[in-house]
Amino acid sequence: MTRIPLSALIGLALTGIYFFTAIFADLIAPYDVAEIVGGVWEPASSQFLLGTDGIGRDLLSRMIYGGQTTILVATAATLLSFVTGSLLGFTAAVMGGGVDQALSRGVDLIMAIPTLIFALIVLSVMPVSLPVLILVMGLLDATRVFRLSRAVAVDIAVMDYVEASRLRGEGRRWVIFHEILPNALSPLVAEMGLRFIFMVLFISTLSFLGLGVQPPLADWGGIVKENKDGIIYGVPAALAPAVAIATLAISVNLVADWILNRTTSLKGGRNG
Amino acid sequence: MADTLLDVRDLKIAATVYPPGEKPRDIEIVHGVSFTLQKGKVLGLIGESGAGKSTIGLSSMAYGRGGVRISGGQVMLNGRDILAGNEAGLRALRGKEVTYVAQSAAAAFNPAKRLMEQVIEATLKHGRASRAEAEARAVKLFRKLGLPEPEKFGERYPHQVSGGQLQRAMTAMALCPEPDLVVFDEPTTALDVTTQIDVLAAIKEAIHDTGVAALYITHDLAVVAQVADHIMVLRNGAMVEYGDTRQIIEAPHEDYTRALVSVRSIDHEEKRPTPAPLLKVENLNARYRGTAFDVLKNVSVELHPGQTLAVVGESGSGKSTLARAITGLLSPSAGRISFAGRTLSAEMEDRSRDDLRELQMIYQMADVAMNPRHTVGKIIGRPLEFYFGLKGAAKRRRVIELLDEIEMGEKFIDRYPAELSGGQKQRVCIARALAAKPKMIICDEVTSALDPLVADGILKLLLDLQRIEGVAYLFITHDLATVRAIADSIAVMYRGQVVRYGSKAEVLAPPFDDYTDLLLSSVPEMKLGWLEHVIAHRKMESAGA
Amino acid sequence: MTHPIVKLLTQRIALGLLLLLAASALIFAGTQILPGDVAQSILGQSATPEALANLRAELGLNEPALTRYLHWLGAALQGDLGTALTNGQDIATAMGQRLSNTLFLAACAAVIAVPTAILLGLIAVRYEGRWPDKLISGVTLSTVSVPEFLLGYIAMFLLAVKVTAFPSVATIYAGMSLLEKLQAVALPVLVLVLVVLGHMMRMTRAAILNVMQSAYIETAELKGLRPFVIIAKHALPNAIAPVVNVVMLNLAYLVVGVVVVEVVFIYPGMGQYLVDHVAKRDVPVVQACGLVFAAVYIGLNMLADVIAILANPRLRHPK
Repeated sequence: MTRIPLSALIGLALTGIYFFTAIFADLIAPYDVAEIVGGVWEPASSQFLLGTDGIGRDLLSRMIYGGQTTILVATAATLLSFVTGSLLGFTAAVMGGGVDQALSRGVDLIMAIPTLIFALIVLSVMPVSLPVLILVMGLLDATRVFRLSRAVAVDIAVMDYVEASRLRGEGRRWVIFHEILPNALSPLVAEMGLRFIFMVLFISTLSFLGLGVQPPLADWGGIVKENKDGIIYGVPAALAPAVAIATLAISVNLVADWILNRTTSLKGGRNG
Repeated sequence: MADTLLDVRDLKIAATVYPPGEKPRDIEIVHGVSFTLQKGKVLGLIGESGAGKSTIGLSSMAYGRGGVRISGGQVMLNGRDILAGNEAGLRALRGKEVTYVAQSAAAAFNPAKRLMEQVIEATLKHGRASRAEAEARAVKLFRKLGLPEPEKFGERYPHQVSGGQLQRAMTAMALCPEPDLVVFDEPTTALDVTTQIDVLAAIKEAIHDTGVAALYITHDLAVVAQVADHIMVLRNGAMVEYGDTRQIIEAPHEDYTRALVSVRSIDHEEKRPTPAPLLKVENLNARYRGTAFDVLKNVSVELHPGQTLAVVGESGSGKSTLARAITGLLSPSAGRISFAGRTLSAEMEDRSRDDLRELQMIYQMADVAMNPRHTVGKIIGRPLEFYFGLKGAAKRRRVIELLDEIEMGEKFIDRYPAELSGGQKQRVCIARALAAKPKMIICDEVTSALDPLVADGILKLLLDLQRIEGVAYLFITHDLATVRAIADSIAVMYRGQVVRYGSKAEVLAPPFDDYTDLLLSSVPEMKLGWLEHVIAHRKMESAGA
Repeated sequence: MTHPIVKLLTQRIALGLLLLLAASALIFAGTQILPGDVAQSILGQSATPEALANLRAELGLNEPALTRYLHWLGAALQGDLGTALTNGQDIATAMGQRLSNTLFLAACAAVIAVPTAILLGLIAVRYEGRWPDKLISGVTLSTVSVPEFLLGYIAMFLLAVKVTAFPSVATIYAGMSLLEKLQAVALPVLVLVLVVLGHMMRMTRAAILNVMQSAYIETAELKGLRPFVIIAKHALPNAIAPVVNVVMLNLAYLVVGVVVVEVVFIYPGMGQYLVDHVAKRDVPVVQACGLVFAAVYIGLNMLADVIAILANPRLRHPK
């Protein structure tokens, strides 16, 4: 049992708190998400810990509910992106030949257009709803997961121990699940953390542009959009999500770094 | 003494290690080594991996590689302690008084610059000569070292010349500034055996002609015996024995040195062929997918039950391709392979489970031949489960039996490959192959990544197992000493063809064809004066370049 | 015999053009095959069937998709990007000024970010593992963890509102002097620089570290060369390809960052134009903008590969 370094512990704790708050938003938030409880842009007080927003709603409650939406969408999109991307990536690596070529060139093509631009193009004709957002984000991002998982699987597939198992007469299932997967898992899990952060940034950006989560639902990008006019009057309400997004991103990063390091140290093996 | 060039006293070297999940800490890797080197003499530093020989060699330039640094002692060069100097002082010394020849010249040359530019760089930097003089000197060295077209050789880029040529060019680069001392760090280890001998002879001649002193670092005692005046034997960062070359080779004092000298001298009585061969390869041709060039041409060999066929050749000879064709990983374009009386399908996928079981394989790099996420128990247990349906306690019992057979024992059953030494890894791979109860095992260069003593242990184990289990080996190697130790019959391969084939006694007895002669004569022998004798009596230039 | 490098370059450029062609098809398909209907989008849910049919005919929506694609592509190749649905303006005309504004913004950011990133990368490599490296890495980790639009508002809040050093809105128009323009775009440029600097610096650091670990760097050290000479003469020629690759990759990223930053600072460029018309579901404008962004993106990636090919000694001096 290896010790968990302090940075990873902090990362794990913060990430845990964010997810906990997102899941139990209804119990934690002091006010309802759409409830107008005070004046416009009231400063922080004991009643409103973060103050109120542009139409007098409690900012802390908005942030908590917003976190729920943001984390939900980002998690769902990450899962979709991972399942699709890694499944296709492994398939391409193990099958090789024409299947690999077709999938890889298709992914090259989609990645030739910047993700945000592609998302905007698609959202210009699609109805903007949560399932559509998750679908568009998840599938566009699956291209990156595809590339990584294919590369990892191809690297492993040429190892002598995979050849040894094929020479033994093992079937494709054993090769994928017992030889390749255990060795591919750690880099993929670490990448999952990075993809999740990217999804949080992505959905926040879309919402900020008005093309993501639609009112009355709250989300972090939307809170910036709703309160951005306050900036010029010196009201920092729009900056609250910055702190939330940055701390979440950094803590997930710390966890991902730790997982990656753990992998390399296992691979490095004997020291000295 | 007036003619002492290098005087190392009580040298201690430390390195920082980074154990996973723990704080980095310092460990001592060289524990107080002392030696002196006279002007114009060659000292051989010899030892297995981890002996600290490269680290000690580089300390003569006050250089530590990676996290390594000199933690104690003195290094006196030309009468002054170079460890006391600052960075600028060291820069004035490196490349001028002491130069370095690396193991892999291919990596040590900058790919973006022409060879001449790099060869004369240190000479110019230290103001040892004008550009024209330096270039003239380099051309002279190119000629002396036997490089092709010495006048134009320097115009080429590193990727445009062969490995053997780069190693000579690196020697030219080290000699160009006319240093007092050259550190040769395994300069011939990465080369093919027939190329090694030419480079070795060229280096020896250049050292002799220029009168430079040298530290010659290698793991191969037979090689260092050809060039060194004195030899220091190192083990785990400490000196084992120091003496002149004749004494070390002919009358070593220490047990460890004796073991190194007598390495590769396993005796093996050749067995008589049986009436029915186990493996019969007939007129095999093979090429890689998408190429029009046969890498195997009309290869025919036989292997008898319980015996060993050694397939010998240099890189590119097709010996590994032959192994891949026999296993079915590469399907031959023509020819027939029969095994235990039945014809084997060309494709591995079409072979029966028994065909696969009875023909096992052991790889050169044991590290990558085992899944790093599986324990030793799972690695050895899987063939038991897969071929014989063994489960639970029965499987465990058999795994322990196998671990005992490879002289490791039950305590290793839950370890991961990363927790094993190089020799132990290879033993586990042998146990995995044995678990299938095979009739034949293909051994692909199984000892060439190991230190000589460890390799000897593996060879002895393989011979014992052959006696007990009656398994046949197809042994692929480039090392003729290994062949002598274990083969019953031998096939010599050169450019995809079998150029000589027969029983060990036949193949190793004259008259030789040109290539076999070259190959046999290129194997360094633990004898003084061997190099000169061989160079004078060769029939053929080196096979590679 | 032609030099093999010419063949490689031709191949790479042809591949880039092919990719652009395929991307144009993808952009077109993305707006056509999906369930949304342009006519429905424009007229809304309450539109009468007659009105919808009329508009569809007017837009040519009754033609097969392939015909419309070829027609659109043919016109685009001649510089005709069609007309906007919402106001009937010629898209190419409307886009011209905005495109040059965007390129101005991106160029300003690139001019600052590229040398800074490479310099910081070099410093981080020189002091690897020591405090300057850790400081640079720490700061850049936090700037890449905050989305562009939030960096924008933080900069605006601090530098335009709390300290009124810069205008909070980046308005530029024809007839402004260069100095006035630079003053106007200072904040968005700052944000863009922060956005790409982190990635660019980290990747540059990794690329140079990779080169510095090569055996030939050790050879140079053992020749007694000074660290500066080693970096300049031995590391740099080999680091050109990876560093150029990093720079291009991040300039391509800049193209995307521009979209968001323009919206924050209400800057009259391509990004704002695109976002506005996505909201209005003005498909021809979205397609045209997508095509231009994709062309820039593909072009930069192609340029990176071309430079990498030219910098490779193995390709320049074949055996």
